[in-house]
Amino acid sequence: MLFELEDVTYSRAGTVVLNRVDVRIPVGASSVVGPSGSGKSTLLRLLNRLADPDSGRVVYEGTDVRERDPLALRREVSLVPQLPALIDGTVHDNVAYGPRLAGHSFDARSCLELAGLDPAFEDRDAAKLSVGEQQRVMLARALALEPRVLLLDEPTSALDRAARDAVETTLRRLRARTAISLVLVTHDIDQARRLAGYVVRIDAGRVTGQGPAAEMLDEAVPAIAAAEDAS
Amino acid sequence: MSFPLAASSIHVTLGEVAAALALVAIAAIASRSWHAGLEEDIGIAVVRSFIQLTAIGYVITVIFDEDSALLVLALISVMVVFGAFTARHRAQGVPGAFWPLLISLGVAAAATLGLVVGLGIFDATPRYMVPVGGMVVGNSMTAAAVALNRLGEDVHDQSRKIEATLALGATSSQAVTPLVRRSLRSGMITLVDSTKTTGLIFFPGTMVGMLLAGADPTDAVRLQLILLYVLLGAVSIAALIAITLARRNFFTPAHQLRDPPVP
Repeated sequence: MLFELEDVTYSRAGTVVLNRVDVRIPVGASSVVGPSGSGKSTLLRLLNRLADPDSGRVVYEGTDVRERDPLALRREVSLVPQLPALIDGTVHDNVAYGPRLAGHSFDARSCLELAGLDPAFEDRDAAKLSVGEQQRVMLARALALEPRVLLLDEPTSALDRAARDAVETTLRRLRARTAISLVLVTHDIDQARRLAGYVVRIDAGRVTGQGPAAEMLDEAVPAIAAAEDAS
Repeated sequence: MSFPLAASSIHVTLGEVAAALALVAIAAIASRSWHAGLEEDIGIAVVRSFIQLTAIGYVITVIFDEDSALLVLALISVMVVFGAFTARHRAQGVPGAFWPLLISLGVAAAATLGLVVGLGIFDATPRYMVPVGGMVVGNSMTAAAVALNRLGEDVHDQSRKIEATLALGATSSQAVTPLVRRSLRSGMITLVDSTKTTGLIFFPGTMVGMLLAGADPTDAVRLQLILLYVLLGAVSIAALIAITLARRNFFTPAHQLRDPPVP
């Protein structure tokens, strides 16, 4: 198993966000599916120690994440947040940020290309790109760390359909060209079906099911997708 | 060295102090007619300043009469503690701000007073240490409070960007470095700007006080310059130490934001 969450509870400001969840995420492409506010983004943040649970254990490749150096863990298990949050400067400055901190060499142009962005963007001001382009710069700067796992928090929620399709194509190509594992958080069941081989379903802080995507997403449970499409 | 003071200082009666309230009354009337709602604050400011300055006047008289270094140390220590409490209220967005403020004010006061005595600028007597210490602590408190307040607001407003940076393997210190620069600038810019314009747009208080007391203008200017330079140094030290110590309070030892952005 890549990740195991054992009896994990997490609260924020007195509200229980995750309530005694047990989750297993295998190597490969997985998706955490659930409605807004269900705790799926919080679950993702526990995987690379951007937060620690109140109780329970988060295990990565057999080791409790609290026994690992958090900085090294975050370079190995890299998270791309839901909304672009770039540093001031050029696209190159952003892609270079993580590798420079770690003292790694990197190839900015190939990272941009891998993220589905024209390498000619390298010298452009990151703040002046479209949201879709910024989201791909976020992906490129995470890839520059050469992570083994990529955690993606609703990577297409701020994008239009064309940009969403481009990012999904990028992720599929990434899986085909590298050995990287993906954990994708999404409220879009169709997107989970398109990208993931394994699915964890979560609702109101509790796991409602987990298993191969073909089994988990063929169930007659359209309520989540219907509610999100309506909102 | 010690600066020559006017042999015959001016004598001010309570009646003259009361007469100065005439302008305050005009301000209160203006506030009322414009519905600015400042009358109560103006009244509190007048009463508090009278009580506090009168009280400190008696305390200073006792300290001057006793000529005791221990009493000077005690008074400046009390100022540092009250300064840290006051600044903490202004920096409410910063967790655990009291200790960084206390340490920063204490170090700023000790370093600047030590320097001016060590260089022989002032004698280590209550007559010099008390007023200089008060100015240093007061200005340092304002600078440290403004700097921390700005830091707290920026960390809150930019928590998504900070967490995205942490997610790339940055330490908490690296993640807030751009914010620290801005906060430090905020804390110091007021004094830096007023120092730039001093003598052109306004006469600073010490110089005015010495001139009113009958001192030679050259001495008044030189003393004011010394105090301006001392204050610039003290304010820089205080803001820098307060920010350096307080920035880690936003994070856990595992480089996690204690107040992360809402997903």
